Amino acid sequence: MRIASAKESYAADEALFDSAVQRRWFAALLAALVLFPFAADQYWAFLACLAAINVIAATGLNILTGYTGLVSLGQAAFMGVGAYTVALLENRLGTPFFVNLPLAGLAAAAAGTVFGLPSLRVKGLYLAIATIAASFILHFVFANWDSVTNGVRGITVPPATLAGIALDTPFKLYWVIMPVAVLMLLGAANLFRTRVGRAFIAIRDRDISAEVLGIPLLRWKLTSFALASFYAGVAGGLWAYFFRVVTPESFPLILSIFFLAAIIVGGMGTILGGILGAVFMTLVPEVLKLLVGAVAPVWPDAVVLLSPVRTVVFGALIVGFLIFEPQGLAEMWRRTRRAFHLWPFRT
Amino acid sequence: MTFDWLLLAEVSLAGLGTGGLYALTALAFVIIYKATRVVNLAIGEILMLGAYAFFGFTATLALPWWAAALGALAVAGVFGAVTERLVIRPMLGESPIAVFMVTVGLGSILVGLVEILWTADPRRLPEFMPATPVFIGEAFLAPKIAYGFLVAAAVITVFMVLFRTWRGGVALRATAGDRAAAYSVGINVPGVFSLAWVIACVVAAGAGILVGAIGGISSTMGVFGLSVLVVVIVGGLDSVPGALVGGLLIGLIEALAGFYLGGEYKLLATFSLLVAVLMVRPYGLFGTREIERL
Repeated sequence: MRIASAKESYAADEALFDSAVQRRWFAALLAALVLFPFAADQYWAFLACLAAINVIAATGLNILTGYTGLVSLGQAAFMGVGAYTVALLENRLGTPFFVNLPLAGLAAAAAGTVFGLPSLRVKGLYLAIATIAASFILHFVFANWDSVTNGVRGITVPPATLAGIALDTPFKLYWVIMPVAVLMLLGAANLFRTRVGRAFIAIRDRDISAEVLGIPLLRWKLTSFALASFYAGVAGGLWAYFFRVVTPESFPLILSIFFLAAIIVGGMGTILGGILGAVFMTLVPEVLKLLVGAVAPVWPDAVVLLSPVRTVVFGALIVGFLIFEPQGLAEMWRRTRRAFHLWPFRT
Repeated sequence: MTFDWLLLAEVSLAGLGTGGLYALTALAFVIIYKATRVVNLAIGEILMLGAYAFFGFTATLALPWWAAALGALAVAGVFGAVTERLVIRPMLGESPIAVFMVTVGLGSILVGLVEILWTADPRRLPEFMPATPVFIGEAFLAPKIAYGFLVAAAVITVFMVLFRTWRGGVALRATAGDRAAAYSVGINVPGVFSLAWVIACVVAAGAGILVGAIGGISSTMGVFGLSVLVVVIVGGLDSVPGALVGGLLIGLIEALAGFYLGGEYKLLATFSLLVAVLMVRPYGLFGTREIERL
């Protein structure tokens, strides 16, 4: 059983990792992330990259939905803005990726701010529906602005290069995607120790009281949209380097629902929730694929059922978590941790 | 070249015809929203379920079309009752967003189930409507759309009368008006919730059979629900007249945009209208003003 940890200063109390144990675990996690690609094969490196990209986008959505209380079904479309920005910069100007990625984020943030404008008049479900509209309007732009986006054929993206090396395998790209993901997660976690993050939480908990407390809703709601879209844009940029072809169909509405599902399953309003949810939702289809592979020798028809079963499981996860564990995986994690801390006593 | 007015009339008529089906589905949506305050994003998928159940009864069991239609409506009704009891009831009192996401999940489950049972390939429903062309004045109208519209209009009228006169309809309106007051005058409010879901699912399934008869069925026909979402927002989430007017309006706009600008402009036109309505008049044309402005 662990007894409370005494804090001697406010700085120690507000620290991101507030105990030595946590800091050690975090260092171990970082070490594991560094060693992972050497131990993993192509397939697992691929999955790790994909999961990291999804984690970035989901964390962005978590800032907006989990912390500010504004529901958005446009996250995938903003990812698309980022992906197209990278594709264009890479093809037309040939700028290096460490310039392109922030620019992708900024472009998406600009788009996000524009489509966040309805949030000033409507909230809740109406806002969710307004962002569905944003998603369709952006899809239309991607598919029909031929001179820039090359229409439905999409754009091929050359691999990112670092010091003359083309980062064209998941193993090489891992060294770009994972550090960016870790940085952005630390950024998000830190955000909620600042004035900005606290303002978001105040708006989520009760917007009228927030306004009374002197938080200008207009400014902070749009900031939240911009930040969430920035994360989506960077994720989209990485996505473009990862899959190397960007088409309008790459960012359908269902992907936005996927991110919303990820933060619901993971737990809204916690950084850990965004991570767990996105990783979990990325891995579930792979687990199903493995299961199908396992039963294929006895029951060859199973392969045909893979895609519909995946759809059912996706829906069932959303419904199941909302009904039985609305706080998501993060809450389950917290309970488990607590059980260890309190052992041998029970909660 | 002179402007072809006859063509405009034909396109508009076709649009209004589709609009009738939008109105019917929007009615299903509004019934659920009015009674239970649930925004049901799975309405398109329930529509799909109805169409596939009809397909299953006619093609697999070879029932005559009227028996198949009744069977499909019954399946949808049972589905509505079970869903309300098992999935929506536990979510009562949760945040509207959570309930909304539950219906998104339900939609996904339905799509998956339909694909497991019937695969994702598009199918055609057997013909059951008369095929003689319909002329209104000089303008030609595809018979399926015309009869679909007539059926939709008839069903909507029946429901409008039922809401006015039938005890269950009055209970439904009372619950929509004030839940606590409805309780205190002895209305079985949970019963009304179930009733609303059953009626809405039956109506949506009926719309699904008509939509499927016109355009064929596939596991992606739930997209129809997205247009219906625009309809109810434009008309006002809790307004039956709004659903009707909105349905016709969106049907018309889609047809005109699709014909004069190109098919890819359909969704753009309706969703741009949606954004405009949300910015200017978020409660819709006929909805109750209840949105807090900040």
